[in-house]
Amino acid sequence: MENLIHMIGAKFNYIAYIILMMIGLYALIAKNNLVKKIIGMSIFQTSIILFYVSTAYKTGKAIPIVEHGHGAHSVIHATDYINPLPHVLMLTAIVVSVATLGVALALAIKVYRQYGTLEEDDINSQIRIQAGK
Amino acid sequence: MKITGLVTVIICGALLIFYAMDFPDFGDGTSPASTYLSPYFIEHTIEDANVPNIVTTVLADYRGYDTMYETTVVFTAGLACFFLLRRKESQNPPARFYRHTPTGITLRIEEGGKLPAEGSKVFMRIDSLWAPDSLIIKNTCRLVIAFIQLFALYVVAHGHHSPGGGFQGGVLLGSSIILFAISNDLRRSIKRFNEKTSAILGALGVLLYAGTGFLCLLLGAHFLNYKALAPIFRSTAAMARSHGILCVEIGVAFAVMAVMIWIYYNLSSAGKHDEGL
Amino acid sequence: MSLPIDMIILSLVVVSGIAAISVKDLLGAAIVFSAYSFLMCLSWAVMGAVDVAFTEATVGAGVSTVFCVAAVFHTTRRTKD
Repeated sequence: MENLIHMIGAKFNYIAYIILMMIGLYALIAKNNLVKKIIGMSIFQTSIILFYVSTAYKTGKAIPIVEHGHGAHSVIHATDYINPLPHVLMLTAIVVSVATLGVALALAIKVYRQYGTLEEDDINSQIRIQAGK
Repeated sequence: MKITGLVTVIICGALLIFYAMDFPDFGDGTSPASTYLSPYFIEHTIEDANVPNIVTTVLADYRGYDTMYETTVVFTAGLACFFLLRRKESQNPPARFYRHTPTGITLRIEEGGKLPAEGSKVFMRIDSLWAPDSLIIKNTCRLVIAFIQLFALYVVAHGHHSPGGGFQGGVLLGSSIILFAISNDLRRSIKRFNEKTSAILGALGVLLYAGTGFLCLLLGAHFLNYKALAPIFRSTAAMARSHGILCVEIGVAFAVMAVMIWIYYNLSSAGKHDEGL
Repeated sequence: MSLPIDMIILSLVVVSGIAAISVKDLLGAAIVFSAYSFLMCLSWAVMGAVDVAFTEATVGAGVSTVFCVAAVFHTTRRTKD
């Protein structure tokens, strides 16, 4: 039992990222409304970013900005700083995610203009009626 | 569909959590993710580029190609929104609303009616869904916008030493214009920063980034190797890389700012550029 | 071990994520999603990723909410689920 509590404490971030990812996936599969699906997609994206940022963390170490950068050139130890590489990968991913959000919402507006609804089953039935005639 | 989705999600989640238990512990400094490549970045950032913020160095120098194409992706998204939504205004506009400024009376002019002159000081056009005219909101936003833009410029220029850089500064600059468009109205914002400007600035930002790379290529080094710019900046190789990073960040800030504004214009007016939020 | 404040913030993130996809009003969903982004940004700041947190604060909690509200304004607020 103690072992289990220790394990959950050590892996809490990974469990949280999986739960968030599953919330996003559930919204993408089961929700009927297009804007809800888009919000689910964004939750999925942020959960992946949470995973990357969690892998970068080192307990009790400094943020990735070198102290006394231009002062006395003491030796810099890599173990004193949090890993900066996942941060860089995710920083660009966030900006790209807002750009894709814009395109997705533009598509939703376009669909609404065509069919007058955002509900997926209504759109499907309208397409079926148009194909039938 | 709901039950299928729930079952899929629960099975997937259980499997992922089961395998996540094999990950290295949270906060483990010796995990594989932080032992191979990143120590090099941390230890060499000062001697290579003279930039204390390691994230900025890796973003614009060591992984410069990646960031260049991310900027291109952002610009392409702006273009995609434009092509999806933009449409010309119809010849016969529907009913419009005007406010008679001295008395505060709102007028509704039917389709085909005689409209006031475009630059009229007495009649001010207002959005059909949002009538209240708030002096407090307009003047507070007018005051705040200047400080937001100043802070954005600081974030772009000081990204070498503190958190920040081209992406954050660009988004802040864009959001200041978006705040103007929300607090006043979309037409006045478009008069100051129109669609053409945003398209040109977005392309210019990407061009500035790629142009810095090509300049390095012309000076005999690899693409985006800012060391070659040392004769232009009259400095050491490390300082040249620092200045090269600043050039690139300015390009990113231009592109991101213009694209954010462009997407907002198209989304908020559904492509008509007539009445916004 | 995870930090206690990290655990608290992440639990709030999960709650607001569930709320964002289950609210029956799209404008409300956009605002709850903004709160979700801001809590996420806090959790990244706690984990030392200052640049990522700054980007998320400007982009996720700021601009993407405006985009969502703009899209909802031009479509419809009502939803069946």
